[in-house]
Amino acid sequence: MALALFRKAEIVPPADIEAASLRSDRFRLEREVDWQRLDAIVTALEKGRPRAISDDDLLDLPVLYRKTASSLAVARETSLDAAALDYLEALVRRAWFQIYGPRVGFIGWLRRFFGGGWSTSVRAIWLDICIALAVSVAGALVGWLLVARDQEWFYALVPAGMAQGRVPGASREVLQEALTHDGSTEGLTTFAASLFSNNTGVAIMAFALGFAFGVPTLLLLVYNMALLGAMLWVFHDAGLGYEFGGWLSVHGTTELLAIVLAGAAGLHVGRTMAFPGERSILAAMQAAGLRAAQVMAGVALMLVVAGLLEGYARQLVESTEIKYVIGGFMLTLWVLYFLGMMRPPESEGEA
Amino acid sequence: MSGAVIQMRVDAERNRGKRDRMLVTPEGLALPLTVASRGSRAGALLLDLTFIVIGTVVFLLTLAFLGLSIFNVGDSPSGPIEIVLVVIILLLFLARYGYFMAFELGPRGATPGKRLLGIRVAARPSNYEGGGQLTAEMVIARNLVRDVEVFLPLFFMLGGGEQAGVAGLAAFVWLAVFVLFPFFNKDALRAGDLVAGTWVVESRVAKLKEAMSLAPDRRADYRFGPEELSVYGEHELQVLENVLRQGQADAQRDVALAITRKIGWQLGAGDEREFLEAFYAALRGHLESGMRFGRRKRDKHS
Repeated sequence: MALALFRKAEIVPPADIEAASLRSDRFRLEREVDWQRLDAIVTALEKGRPRAISDDDLLDLPVLYRKTASSLAVARETSLDAAALDYLEALVRRAWFQIYGPRVGFIGWLRRFFGGGWSTSVRAIWLDICIALAVSVAGALVGWLLVARDQEWFYALVPAGMAQGRVPGASREVLQEALTHDGSTEGLTTFAASLFSNNTGVAIMAFALGFAFGVPTLLLLVYNMALLGAMLWVFHDAGLGYEFGGWLSVHGTTELLAIVLAGAAGLHVGRTMAFPGERSILAAMQAAGLRAAQVMAGVALMLVVAGLLEGYARQLVESTEIKYVIGGFMLTLWVLYFLGMMRPPESEGEA
Repeated sequence: MSGAVIQMRVDAERNRGKRDRMLVTPEGLALPLTVASRGSRAGALLLDLTFIVIGTVVFLLTLAFLGLSIFNVGDSPSGPIEIVLVVIILLLFLARYGYFMAFELGPRGATPGKRLLGIRVAARPSNYEGGGQLTAEMVIARNLVRDVEVFLPLFFMLGGGEQAGVAGLAAFVWLAVFVLFPFFNKDALRAGDLVAGTWVVESRVAKLKEAMSLAPDRRADYRFGPEELSVYGEHELQVLENVLRQGQADAQRDVALAITRKIGWQLGAGDEREFLEAFYAALRGHLESGMRFGRRKRDKHS
């Protein structure tokens, strides 16, 4: 059956070229076979089945493409056959998309990404990372100071559903309870997965909101970090600051770094929009957007790691010191990777 | 053909003309591209969202059919149920972020909805580089911004966020800026396209139709003089080509009558197709020989 279908698709050269009364139709009939060969190759490429193309066809692809492109140029000047012109335009366009389409496959992209594409992009937006970091720290400070002055602020900042009894004045036992876990892995995988999808949502928001000169991204960072600051104060007030820090640092170093990076990526786009430099605003934004997208792909990955750490390591490790060690180790690892991984030798276009 | 229909055709062509762009390939060939209309892009998005919703519902129903209802799982699930829950959470996440990226990274550069409507994503040529390659980063960037443009407004409306007073109104205006962004630039770029350096263009697949002049040569039966052929131009030739290809008898009769009236011929009943084929071949030959000498005649008025 498959063979029969294949047979049917075979290209039959038109038998009676001389029978055509018009010169432009003879031009067309003479070249039709080439066009249809190109058509078959392009269709196979579009279907993602490059293996279905024979070696001969693959070798001839550049020639066929150029022939068809020149047929189109000639036909435009000599033929009024609207159907053939339509066909040629659509075919050349499709072939162009395939021939000048993405060169690297997914694996190749991944290799370039880890082999320095990601860290190069991260280094390229260092200024934005500094800004995002400063804003985050300021946000946490503001949260702390506000709640320290007037505890009503806590209820204004933290949604009731998120607080879960972790409020100012809560007893040490309740807070201690929140930091410990019964040590079983039951339900933790689900927890980790839902945390990942939630955190990635926040990070993507932080990036996507960067569009309007970065202002909403900064607001989002300030608000989220103020939450953290308020929470920190509650635990500090109950004398559990050190324990809370450990509890937080296991995944927090990775997660907060990812959110800062996402915010920085958004800010980078927003800042380029405001100060495009010597290029046109469109070209500048495009370059910034691509760099930011590279950073964001890595951020999603960091959040997977953070989700796993949060779901497993944080709940299973009892000792606060070891929690600090894990958190510190992760932070060092990320920073060293971003600073140390050099640009890939074959990298292109990344400036 | 009545005047209203012709007027509609002209209007449609003029609107198309506004969306026509020229792309210069590295071979130096000017390749016409048509920017996808805002309507077809909105339609493609609706189709894609429908596919996602249908896919999710079918997936959950299949699970329920297999006896794994997610709605009566307790707070601390365990064992195989937990794995299923994790898979569900990750799938829903992928449906929101992965669907568009995975399909647009493919060789067609289009989600199923876009493909059905004959459009695709392409790298937008800049003033410096000409038409470039569509890269993975571009697709990632344009789809990350989609979150603010599509999903946030969607959840906002579903959650009744617009009733939340001044803050709700501000959020509504803010989101409206993104949703309406494509209406304020000539390439119908959405914010994500702008950041990623992409645009969405039409990418039809055209079938090669039969050559017209393979019909029996009737130059001996019908002889047209230059004054008879010079009443029409290229536009009329294309209309005639369409009529011949569609092959509707009454349309052919009307057109044959119109032509014979114009050139002052009398035509016997039943000869319409023959006459039209002969006239088409003669007119095209006449116009094409003019083209070779650099004389083009757009339509009957020029």
